[in-house]
Amino acid sequence: MTQEGSYYQRDRAWHPPAFTPQYKTSVLRSPQRPLLSLENTLSELTGPVFGHGRLGPLDNDLITNYAHGGEAIGQRLVVHGRVLDENGRGLPGVLVEFWQANAGGRYRHHKEGYRAALDPNFGGCGRYITDPDGGYHFRTIKPGAYPWPNRVNDWRPAHIHFSVFGHAFAQRLVTQMYFEGDPMIWQCPIVATIPDRRAIEQLIAALDRNNTTPMDSLAYKFDIVLRGRRSTFFENRPEGN
Amino acid sequence: MVQRLDILKETPSQTAGPYVHIGATPNAIDIAGVWQTDLGSVMLTAETTGERIVVKGRVIDGAGRPLTDALVEIWQADAAGLYNSPQEPRGTADRHFVGWGRQAVDRDTGEFCFATIKPGSVPFGDGRLMAPHITVWIVARGINIGLHTRLYFGDEAVANAGDPVLLRIEDRSRIATLVAPKDLSTDPPTYRFDIHLQGPQETVFFDI
Repeated sequence: MTQEGSYYQRDRAWHPPAFTPQYKTSVLRSPQRPLLSLENTLSELTGPVFGHGRLGPLDNDLITNYAHGGEAIGQRLVVHGRVLDENGRGLPGVLVEFWQANAGGRYRHHKEGYRAALDPNFGGCGRYITDPDGGYHFRTIKPGAYPWPNRVNDWRPAHIHFSVFGHAFAQRLVTQMYFEGDPMIWQCPIVATIPDRRAIEQLIAALDRNNTTPMDSLAYKFDIVLRGRRSTFFENRPEGN
Repeated sequence: MVQRLDILKETPSQTAGPYVHIGATPNAIDIAGVWQTDLGSVMLTAETTGERIVVKGRVIDGAGRPLTDALVEIWQADAAGLYNSPQEPRGTADRHFVGWGRQAVDRDTGEFCFATIKPGSVPFGDGRLMAPHITVWIVARGINIGLHTRLYFGDEAVANAGDPVLLRIEDRSRIATLVAPKDLSTDPPTYRFDIHLQGPQETVFFDI
């Protein structure tokens, strides 16, 4: 068996740069000096383990996990997919966390300023620890689009936020999932921070007609790829090189 | 044509946005009842081995204002310098210390605060010891991809001077941005670590 080495270097041209003036908040929050390149040490190759025992049975059911006498209102969805690495292997034991606005596009948050109504039965958060093959799934309602303070009248396309915790701190990733066919994806300044159209398309979940639940839920499939790890075929050095 | 490598592309990052706390620390923003405790909110138990410390700081933007919507995570070795991770090849870490913490910054002051222990030293790839340090990761509205940095300890001057990572910083004046001074007037002692996103004191961030 080959040992595994460091993670493949991040393709920074595939990710959004820090400074993206069309997304105004980035202007004062973007580091201006070059990042210091650091080959992986044990501090980056390691990461915590999240046991399945930490999760509750409703943690991946946003329709009922904040229920106060009813179910969340909206288009019922199952979102599912796999967490893979760049080598195409499914990653087990990955903590996947998700949060979103309600069906009207309103977040349950003290800073929210949009007039759409709160849903008393919708909190907007969930989590899952991936199965042995890297699979995850959760039940939710389709979030609404909403306006946000950037240019005078900018709107976000419907989206779900994801935080993904792989096997090493080097794999840490936060991203957003969009919905197939939404024309608002292509006019969003936050989406447009990503320079390559193919990279944006990687964030658009496909309507998964086969996995819809009759008389219950639509389904969307969203795979997430974390950094892959180098094979150290001929090296016999301690990990961390 | 040649054979295909069949390497996938990493999913591109998007900002965590202003509402990251809904997903990461719902109990800290009054979304109670979905789950009992937020992951990473408590790092210590009575059984944890090591010198108790507190790490406090703020994340400050280019206009000098602290962010009030950031999320900060830390990752560190135990008191003996071992990571509590299956990827740790050198031994078994303190089973009473996960070594990972996560905090929403205070919604008014922007301050984060971790009660933890001081980590031991961990070797660099070539076997030299790195100075004790804590990995720090920051996301927030306006940050398009999570920022990685490290906290080093102000009372470890000798170890810091030989640290292979700090030695790589060409502009020596910037090393200070990674070194947290120790305040002994509190019990346990506090290390103060302000993170500057821009400006003359811009923190050194890493591409790891």
